[in-house]
Amino acid sequence: MDILNPFECSEEKAWCPGCGNHALLEGIKRALFELEKEPHEVLIASGIGQAAKLPHYINTNGFNGLHGRAVPPAAGAKIANSDLTVIIHTGDGDSYGEGGNHLIHNIRRNLDLTHFVHDNQIYGLTKGQASPTTGKGHITGIQTEGVQLEPFNPIALGISLDCSFVARTFVGDQEHMVETMKSAIRHSGYALVDILQPCVVFNKVNTFKWYKDRVYHLERDHDVSDKVEAFRRAQEFGERIPIGIFYVNEKPTYMESVEYISEREPLVRKKLDPKSAVPLMDEFY
Amino acid sequence: MDYNLLIGGSAGQGIETLGFLLEKSLQRNNYYLFSNKDYMSRIRGGHNFTKIRFGTKEIYSHKDALDFIVAFDETTVKEHRFRLKENGLIFLDESLRENTPDVSANMVFLPMKESASNLGNARVLNTLFFGSLAKAFDLDLGIAKELLTEVFKKDILELNQRALEAGFKLEVPAVPVEKPRDIGKRILINSNQGIALGALAAGLTFYSAYPMTPSTSIMNFLAENQKRAGILVEQAEDEIAAINMALGASFAGVRAMTGTSGGGFSLMTESLGLAGMTETPLVVVNVQRPGPATGFPTRTEQSDLSFILTASHGEIPRMVTVIRNAEEAFYKTARAFNLAEKYQMLVILLNDQYLADANQTIEPYDFGKVSIDRYIESGLDADVYNRYELSGGHISPRILPGFIPGKTVLADSDEHNEHGNITESAEIRVSMMDKRMGKLRMLESELEEPECLGDESPEILLLGWGSTFGTLKEAVEILKREDLSIGALSFGDLWPLPIKKLEQMAEGAKQIINVEQNYTGQLAKLIRQETGIKCTNSILKYDGRQISLEEIVSGVKEVL
Repeated sequence: MDILNPFECSEEKAWCPGCGNHALLEGIKRALFELEKEPHEVLIASGIGQAAKLPHYINTNGFNGLHGRAVPPAAGAKIANSDLTVIIHTGDGDSYGEGGNHLIHNIRRNLDLTHFVHDNQIYGLTKGQASPTTGKGHITGIQTEGVQLEPFNPIALGISLDCSFVARTFVGDQEHMVETMKSAIRHSGYALVDILQPCVVFNKVNTFKWYKDRVYHLERDHDVSDKVEAFRRAQEFGERIPIGIFYVNEKPTYMESVEYISEREPLVRKKLDPKSAVPLMDEFY
Repeated sequence: MDYNLLIGGSAGQGIETLGFLLEKSLQRNNYYLFSNKDYMSRIRGGHNFTKIRFGTKEIYSHKDALDFIVAFDETTVKEHRFRLKENGLIFLDESLRENTPDVSANMVFLPMKESASNLGNARVLNTLFFGSLAKAFDLDLGIAKELLTEVFKKDILELNQRALEAGFKLEVPAVPVEKPRDIGKRILINSNQGIALGALAAGLTFYSAYPMTPSTSIMNFLAENQKRAGILVEQAEDEIAAINMALGASFAGVRAMTGTSGGGFSLMTESLGLAGMTETPLVVVNVQRPGPATGFPTRTEQSDLSFILTASHGEIPRMVTVIRNAEEAFYKTARAFNLAEKYQMLVILLNDQYLADANQTIEPYDFGKVSIDRYIESGLDADVYNRYELSGGHISPRILPGFIPGKTVLADSDEHNEHGNITESAEIRVSMMDKRMGKLRMLESELEEPECLGDESPEILLLGWGSTFGTLKEAVEILKREDLSIGALSFGDLWPLPIKKLEQMAEGAKQIINVEQNYTGQLAKLIRQETGIKCTNSILKYDGRQISLEEIVSGVKEVL
C-alpha cells in the first residue's frame, strides 16, 4: 500500500473479510493516485448496499444517496461542476435492478461519468436474494425453485445503447482492474464498467474460483469500435468470461453538446446577479 | 367598470390565440385584468374556455356571471348562456345560427367563416374575432396591429393583418366602456411564469423535471430562456431522477430546483427525506391538481397539503409555503432559495392549476428587491472538514466540493457522524436529529403571518390558503358592504404554521369558516393540530373548478 496516497482513509470498513470490495477499494484508490487526481477534485456517488459504502472508505468527496439513485445525483453534480471527476460506485442490484431506468437514460445522456458496478450476482446486504445478474436456476431463500428470470447482461445493454465506453473487469486480476478503471476515468463520456466481485457469504455458485477458472482477457487486437463484434463477445458468459474493454464509441459528451454551456466555465462558477434576469420579463409587457 | 368575458370552443380552434391577443391588447389599453383557463385533458376537440375579467380597477379573481361570450361552437353557447347577465352579449359566427336553439336578441351573429374564406384561410377566424372585439370594446387598432407582429410568424403575418382589418370593419354593437387612466407599465403574467422568473432572479442555474400538467409551464419558460440565462434545463427520465439530479447539482454548489404536480411529487417523497438527511438545500415546486392517482389532470384543487406536511418517511425539517398570486410567486420563489441555503433545508413551494393558468396584470417585478444570499464558506481552518459539524448549532458550515484543495465533503443518507460517515451510535443519532429538527424553531422567526383581509377583529373569520386569496379578498369586501363583521386570513407560509395573527383573531370570532378546495378541510385540520382552534363551518369545493366570488359570498350566507 502506498502510504503517500492522499485517497487513503482510516475509517473502519464494514465489509466481510475476504469480500471482493476490499480489493476493489484498493484498486480505485490506486487508479486515482496513478491518474494524479487530488481528493478535492473527485466526487464518488453511491446508492445503497455494500458497494455504496465505498465513499466512506476513501478520502474524497462523496454523496451516498438512495438505493438505485446513485446516478442522477452524480449527473446533477457533473452538470453543476464539470471540473469534478465524478465516479459512481453501485452494486448489481442498485444499478441493474432498482436504478435500471437511470442507467438506461444516463447512458443515453452521455455525461462524462464513470460508473463502476460491483457485480457479485447476488444481493449481499439483504442476505442472499437473487439480483438481476444471478444465473438461471440459482436457488436462494426467495427463489426457492431457482431463478426463473433471464439474467441481465449489462455489457450487451451498454453496447446496444451505444454507450460510449463499455468494459468488464475482475477484482481477482488487480492489474487488469486498475488499468480498466484508469481507462474508464480517462474516457470522456459515460463509461460503464461491470466489475466481477464475488460475495464470499451469499453466493456459493459464482465464487472466486468459479470466476478465476473462466475469466480471460479480450484479445489485444479486439476492435473496440466494432459494435457488432463487441455485441457478439458480450454474449459470452458461462464457461468462458471475457474481461477487458468491449466497446468504445467516441462521441461528444452531453456538456460538450450544449454549445452555449461548454464554451463557458462550469455552471457552479457562474456569477449570480438578480438584475441579469430583468430582460427575461420583457415578453410580459 | 368590471366586465367578464368568456371565449369558448374546442381545442385546436384557436381560442388560446384569441385569448392571448385580447388579453394583451386589454392590458396595453390600460385595463386591469385577470384571466383563467378551463381546458380538457385532450389535444383536439372537447370543450375549453378562457375567462377574461377586465376593468378600470384592480381585479384579483375570476367571477361566474358573464357579460360577454365569444362562442366558437354551439357547445359554448349551450354550456354558458345561463350564466350570461341580462344585458350580456354572445358573439358567434353566422354559421352557428342554424343549430342554435332559442336564438335571442343578445346574439351578435358575425360572418366570420365567410370572411375567412374570402381571405382564403379558415384559420384566421380568431384574428377576425379579435378585430371585431377590438372594435366593440373600442380598443386601439395600432396596439392590435403591433400585437400581431409579436404573435404571428412572417409568412402568415400579412394574412392576419388583413383579417384584423376585416374583423374591425364588421358591424358590431358598441359596448359601453369606461376609458381607463394610464396605469403605467404593467406585466401580464401567470404564477408559474412568476415562479420561473423568481427562480432566475434568485440565481437558478439548473432545473430538472419530468413534464407534468400543470407544472410544465415553469419548465417551458425556463427552457425557452435557458440559453439567454446561461442555465441548464434537463428533462429527466422520471420524477425520481429529476429530484435526485437537482439534489446532486445543489450539493455541487449551484442553485437547483425541480417542479412537478401531485403524482410526480409522490414519486419524489423518498428523496425529500434524502434532502433532509443530507442537509442539501433544495427548492421543490408542486403545482397541485386534483388527485389521487392521475385524478383530474388539467383541473384545480388544494388537496396535497396534508400529504406534503409529512411527505417522506421518518422526520425531517421542511418549509412549506404557498403562492397566492402571480405577484407573490416571484418574490416568494426568490425567498425560498435564500431560506433553503440559509438552513440547508428543503423548501416546498405550493401552487395550483388555477393560478398556474391565471394571467394577471401586475406591477413589473422589482429585481432590486431580490438578494442572493448563499451562506457558503470559502475557507476553513481545520485540517479535516466536517460536513455535519455539531458545534455550530443547527447549521454546519457548508463548503462546496472541488473548491478548497485538501478539503472534501461527504454527504450521507444513512445516519452519520459529524464527518458524514455512517454511524449506529444512539448518542450521535439524537444529536443529529436535534440538529436537523431544531432548524424549524430557527425558521419561526422568518415566517410571514397570514394576510388579513377585511376586519381585523371580525365576528366571522374566514380562513383560506393559496389561490383563494384574490377571491376571498373580493368576497370579504362584498360581504362587508352588507354590514357583516367579517374578515379573512389567507395563509402563505403553512409550515411551520405562523399562529400569532390566527390566535389573536380567532379569540374574538364567533364563527370561523375554512374555505378550501378539498374534501377534508386540510387547513382546518392543520390549525386544529397546531393550535387547538376549531373551525365552526367549512366551505369546501372539490369538483376540480376554482371556487368563485359568488360561491364564497353565497357560501358564507348559507352557513350563517
